[in-house]
Formats: sequence, C-alpha cells, structure tokens
Amino acid sequence: MADLSCSLAGIKSPNPFWVASGPPANTAYQAHRAFEAGWGGVVWKTIGAPIVNVASRYSALHHGPQRMIGFNNIELISDRSPEANFREIAEVKRRWPHHAVVASLMVETREQWHEFVRRSIDAGADGIELNYGCPHGMCERGMGSAVGQQPAVAERITTWVKEAATIPVIVKLTPNITDITAAARAARRGGADALSLINTLNSITNVDLDTFVPEPRVGNRSAHGGYCGPAVKPIALHMVQACAADPEVALPISGIGGVATWRDAAEFIALGATNVQVCTAIMHYGFRLAADLTEGLSDYLDAKGLPSLAALRGRAVPSLQKWEHLDLHFRRVAQIDYDRCIGCNLCYIACEDGAHQCIDLRTPEELGVGLGPGRIPHKPLPQVRAADCVGCNLCSLVCPVEDCITMTEVAPGGAPLTWSDYQERLARGEIAPLPPHP
Amino acid sequence: MSLSPLLPADALAANFAEIKPPLRPQEALVEASRCLYCFDAPCIMACPTGIDVPTFIRKIAQGNPAGAARTILTANILGASCARVCPTEVLCEGACVLEDRDEQPIQIGRLQRYATDHVAAHGINVLPAAPPVRSGFKVAVVGGGPAGLGCAAELAQLGHAVTILEQRAQPGGLNTYGIAFYKLKPQVSLAEVRLVQSLGVELRTGVRVGRDVTVAQLEQDFDAIFLGVGLGASARLRIPGEELPEVLDALDFIAQLHTGPLEQVRVGRRVAVVGCGNTAIDAVAQARRLGAERAFIVYRRTEGDMPAYDFEYEHAKHDGAQFLFNAAPVAVVAEQGRVAGLRLVRTRVVDGRVEPVPGSEWVEPCDQVLRAVGQEKQVALLRGLFPDLVIDDRGVIAHDPLTGQTNVPHIFVGGDCGNGGREVVNAVGEGKKAAHGIHVFLTQDAISPPLQPSRLGAKRGAAGAGLLAPIRAHELEAALEP
Repeated sequence: MADLSCSLAGIKSPNPFWVASGPPANTAYQAHRAFEAGWGGVVWKTIGAPIVNVASRYSALHHGPQRMIGFNNIELISDRSPEANFREIAEVKRRWPHHAVVASLMVETREQWHEFVRRSIDAGADGIELNYGCPHGMCERGMGSAVGQQPAVAERITTWVKEAATIPVIVKLTPNITDITAAARAARRGGADALSLINTLNSITNVDLDTFVPEPRVGNRSAHGGYCGPAVKPIALHMVQACAADPEVALPISGIGGVATWRDAAEFIALGATNVQVCTAIMHYGFRLAADLTEGLSDYLDAKGLPSLAALRGRAVPSLQKWEHLDLHFRRVAQIDYDRCIGCNLCYIACEDGAHQCIDLRTPEELGVGLGPGRIPHKPLPQVRAADCVGCNLCSLVCPVEDCITMTEVAPGGAPLTWSDYQERLARGEIAPLPPHP
Repeated sequence: MSLSPLLPADALAANFAEIKPPLRPQEALVEASRCLYCFDAPCIMACPTGIDVPTFIRKIAQGNPAGAARTILTANILGASCARVCPTEVLCEGACVLEDRDEQPIQIGRLQRYATDHVAAHGINVLPAAPPVRSGFKVAVVGGGPAGLGCAAELAQLGHAVTILEQRAQPGGLNTYGIAFYKLKPQVSLAEVRLVQSLGVELRTGVRVGRDVTVAQLEQDFDAIFLGVGLGASARLRIPGEELPEVLDALDFIAQLHTGPLEQVRVGRRVAVVGCGNTAIDAVAQARRLGAERAFIVYRRTEGDMPAYDFEYEHAKHDGAQFLFNAAPVAVVAEQGRVAGLRLVRTRVVDGRVEPVPGSEWVEPCDQVLRAVGQEKQVALLRGLFPDLVIDDRGVIAHDPLTGQTNVPHIFVGGDCGNGGREVVNAVGEGKKAAHGIHVFLTQDAISPPLQPSRLGAKRGAAGAGLLAPIRAHELEAALEP
C-alpha cells in the first residue's frame, strides 16, 4: 500500500482528499460523517458575518442523460453564527485529532480578520483558508472574488491575516481573472503558506425557454452564480499547473475544480497539487466517494511502483512548455484498427468538415475487410490518407470505440526544430522558410 | 359443437395488449442519447423508405419529438405503423453499429413510435398543409394499402392531384385488416390514412376497378395509374374437407379481430394452422391469445427452413404455440359435418423436394383449421383488367425496380403485387419510388429528389473524385441476398 498521508504547508492529513469549503462542510454532523467515510480533511464552509440565503440556490448543466456535468450556485457563505461554527470546529477536532480541519474565513476589516483568525486558532483549527474567490453575493460587498481579482488587496489582507495567524494560511484563488499567477504571486508576497484553487467560475447554466428566467430562479429573477463540477476540471488543471510552474509562486497547492475520481486527483497531483478538495461530487453522490478515491489512488501508486504521493507530485509539470518550445518536426498520424471499426463514419465527417480532409470513404470490399452490423455491402468505411494526415487527433477524439483509432508516432519531418530555434535560424539565414501547408 | 368465443372481454383485453409498449419520455431520452449519430448511417440504408434515423433520434434526444416525427413522416408517411410492424431486427436495428460494439442496437422502432405517437396525441401537424396541386396532372392510385398510401402521399407532396380507389369499406389494406392485433391497432392505420388525406389526396372506398369503374374510364380521367392491389386470398390447401365451415383463411381470421369486438371472435379449442410464414405465426399466436387450449403449426419442411423471422418464432413459442415440422395435411377430418381433426403425413426432403413418407399418416385432433400457406397472386384478375401488362413467371407485375414503371408507360406498380409479398415498409418504399417515377414520367423532370439524401456528399477515393451515387434499397437487398 502506497503512503497516502500528506502535509499541506504543515497541515497533516491521512490522505489527500479534503472536503472543500461548501454545503457538505457546513456542520459538525457533516464533518463527522465525512471523516467516518474516510475523508482526510474538511475545509469548513466559510465563516463570516451572518448572511441570509435565498431559495432556490443551485442549477446544473446536464449532458444527455448525464446529470450535473457542471454545477452552479448562488448560495453565500455560512448562514450559521460564527459561535456555532467555531464551537463545532472545536468539537470535531476533539474527536478527529489526526484529521485536518481548516477554517475558511471571509470578513472585511483588519480587526475582523484578526478576530476571526484568533477564534479559529482557539477552536483548534489546523489551518485557515482565506476565501478570495466567491464570485457572487459577497464580492458586491467588497469581499470574495472582489479581493481575489485585485492582487494588491489580496496581498494586503493576507498580510493582516498573517499578523495574527500562528497556523498555516491558505489563500483560495478565484479563476475569474486574466492571469492566475498574478493573484498567486500577490498571496505569496502577503505571506501565504499555501494556495488553493480554483474557486467557482462566473456562470449562467441555462435559460428556461418558457419563463425566460434562468435557474436558479428566485421569484422571477436569477443571478450570476459560481460554476464548478466535472466540466471545470480542465480550467482548474491549467491554473494549478501555471501556479506550480511559476518560480515566483513556489507555494504548495491544494487543487480544486471538478475532482470526482481518483484519476482526477492523480492528474491534479501530477500537475503539482499537494492535495485535492472535493465538493460537487459529494453533493452529487455523498461522502461514500472517499473509499473509492483513496483505494483507487493507492492502487494506482502501487501499480506504478510509486511509494508515496511525493513521488507523483509535479511529474507532469515539466512536460508542459510554451508552444514555441514544441518540435515542429514531430509527426503523428491516425491509424484505424479495422478489427474494431464499427463503420459509424464519425471520424470521416469530423475530418472532412471540421479538420483537414484526410479521410476517404471506401467500401469494405475495396478495403478487404469483413462485414458486420455496421458494415453492410457497399457502405463505405473510413480510410486515413496517412501522407496528408496532419496528426491533429480529431478523428481519434470523436471515435466512439476504445482503441480503434490510434495516433501513431511516425518518422519525424526532420531534425528536432522548435519555433524559437526556427526563428533564430531563419534570422541567421541558416535555413529556408518551411513551405506553407497547401 | 360449433365454435364460440372462449374468453371474457377483460381477459381478451389483457391478452391483446400491445406486446411492445410505448417508451416513456425518460426511457426515450436515455435510449435516444445512446445513438452515436453516425454519418452515412447504415440504419438509413437498411430502411426501404430511407428514413434519416440518426437525425430523428437526435431530435428526440434534444426534446423535439415533433421535429423527429417530421423527419420520419417526410420519408415514410406510414411511420407510425411501420414503427410497430417493421421487422426492425432485420432492417434498421439489424444494421445498427452498436451491435459491433457489443451493445444492444438502438431501439429505433420504439423511438419512431415515441415520436409519431407524440404528434398524434397532441394533434400536431408536422407535414405541410395540403400542398397546392400545381402540376395539373391527375393520378389514380388503385389500392388503399401501404403501397398506395405511400405513393399517394409522395405524389401529393410533389404537387399532383391524387385519387385513391379502395375496394374495401375501410382504407389501409393489410395495416387495417391484417396485422396481429397486439402489434398494430386499426385506429393507428386509419389515422395514417387521414394524414394522407390531409395532404389533399382524395379517397374513394368501396370502389372496385372493373366493377364500379372501368380501366378505360380511369385511363381517360387520369394521366397515370399506380397499382398497389396487393395479393389475393391465402392459397387453398387442395385437400378433402377444406370446404368445412371451420376451415378459414388465416388472413380472414386475423381480420375478424379488426372488424368486431374481440369477445365475439369465435375460435377453436384446438386450432391447426397450416404454413409457417409470419402470417401463420400471427394466426397461431392470436388463436392462443383468444383462448385456444392448443394451437399448432403444421409445416412440411424443417425448423430451419421456415420463412418466419426468428423473433416471430420465439414469440409464438412464448405464447404457447406448438410446431409440427416435417408434416403435411392430407385431409380435414369431419365428424357430423364439423372439423374434428387434421390428417397429416410425415414428410421428408429428397433432392430438395418435399415428399410424403408412405404409411406415416396420423390425425391431430382439432376443431379449427387456418390456411396460411401464402397469398395467391391475382394473375387472372390483373390479366382480365390490364391485358397489356406483362406479368412475370412469379405471378407479379414486371416493372423497373427504380421507378415502378411497367411495360405500359403510364402504369406503375408497387407493394405486394409487384414484389410477390414483402413487408409493409417495402410497400411504402416502393410506392414512394413509384411516385417519383410517375413524377418524372409526367413532368419529364430529369432529376427526381433522391431517396437517401444523406449519401450525397460522401466522396470516395483519393482527392475526393466524384460523388457516390445514392445506394438504392434494391441494390442493398440484392447485395444482402445470401
């Protein structure tokens, strides 16, 4: 069994799976249930001056029968009193001393920040997460993403917090910003011990075409919400990697955004995250997910011969380079396995209309392949014209059959040549311009 | 003892409930979402009417069942009945690529029913309201069955004035009178006829060509004639005792369920059905569902030779029907003027020919015998009415398979009288094809709308030289012939 224990800037947990600050982390009752189910940590639902919530609060993006590939909310921070929240944090910590309990905070003035940091420490929290990300409701009051979007403000508030904090401080970043590393660097300058990202993205999930009021509907109005769930994972991975690769950030990262499976978690960690936080998947399926996440990640590490999370962490970071450092002569072409091809011709039409016109249709007789349900006489099947294939991947992406279209590496078009090399050598007159694509 | 109804109305209602229930909206959404939306999809090619299946399924998945029905009905005006009676297992669903991915094919027939039921239930008219008759040509369609309806609807949409002449009291042909009751209710068929009428087609029922109107009159009044007269009665058994009142044509037996209350249909306690095609299966299963204690098929060849589809065979066995293979009827045995049994002889196949095994005769007790050994061709009738028409040695009217045109240029043909007896969907497809043939004949338009538009744009060969000609259903069928 691989060692799943981890430490984020000194906050220790038995595994890297934390319940993210949100509805599943609202009460001691839920925290107990989460830890019983096997979660490694809980970031409490953000505590601040009491607010009032509305009904309704959530909406979702469904895709065909697949529910909630994206999720949107207009719920605010905790609507419970700070007293109740801190009392319950203390209660949970007493019962689960070896699990991580982090207090998420959002207040306005320096004095309030100092007060809430002290109360968190008094409650026994293992760390503090600064909610600089909430994109609705709180930002209009100068909090949440209003802070995260202004690096100078984020830096100042982090400084205030650090004045009072004796436990690690995590700054949670909003993705609703042009360059995430600007905010990350500001947090670093303010003295943050770690980052967590991403918070939710501004969104409208859908419009009711009968009432013309989007969900979540409150009377005959709605409001922009915060978007999360599986659909945001690619955005989150990009931002995590950007921060992990930035030498001026150099902070441990808690990865958030669409984590629903152990694979998602492994990808976040390979891109530089120390641990991950999960919310939407719990809102969809409950705390029982923890067993699958921990077992899956452990099995993966064992299968790869990796003794601990540290051995996985950041493994994919160096391979991500600027585009100008990619080899212009690398070649890959699509190859169709006719033992698997079912003749749906989705690759053909995708290449023909959506890419580079490198697939022809030929009859099974011409191709010398057998018939099957999708292969009836005269009905053509796709054939890749390898010489013209630009290796774009599109056909293999639309192909509905696992391992049917493989992108195969072929002999390179020449010695390795990056765009930046190419520009330099062109300038020096060492090479002729590469011919444009016909 | 004379025959009588065997079961009370409530039991019959349960027995004759639809065997394939409609999909609920959630089921339809999930099923539709499984469709890969193939390009140049094999299901389209496997459909004799060329319905753009992936497109209609995608519309269902997107919550637009009316749009789905428009796609279906534009290609196949009898889309509602075909959804229920098509042997989808050997047509569209049999071609579904998912089977190659080791999955169940999409339930295309049930989705088609979902879409067509939706517009029927909500009274949504998805076809253009009666298109103006703009051509000035008039066409007579003889026979109001699937072929005639398919032809008439297409002609009307091409702008011609169409009149259907149907000899029976109700239009719809086999769909109204001859399909097992638990597959297709006559109301669905009659609603489809109304849909055809809504396109401006005139319908005259109870009109028999040769009796109520002469061919000469038709030729004077109309610019072209489409013959979709189907086949005749079930062939005779040519055995002693066949004239007894309890010996019936299986099609007439099935029609009884369509023309009167189920609880008035009389059925034997023991029913013999001679023949083993799909009509025989419908008859034997219906006999069981009407309450027959024993219903059995008599077939002179082996299980492997039977013309019925496998799933129909399974269905009949599930209904408790029995099968006597390698047996042929010799005589109907009578007692006191009523059927008491069927004398059978064991058969064997020698050099491909079925012959009786001498001395192997026995009697199977039964009190009703249904003939289902294939419908007779209407050769004599057709020769009498249309002496110039060429009728081939199979007894069907010779014609160009692409256009339905016969050797008499203004006479076209489609459905069973031209193909010898096939599925409803073949009849609709042939009627539609003939409509395009008639349109070209009348207007001299060089190009008729393609039947399978999806094939256009699919190119072949390097550098994309040339378009593939649309594959016609008959080419596909020829290629699939074993």
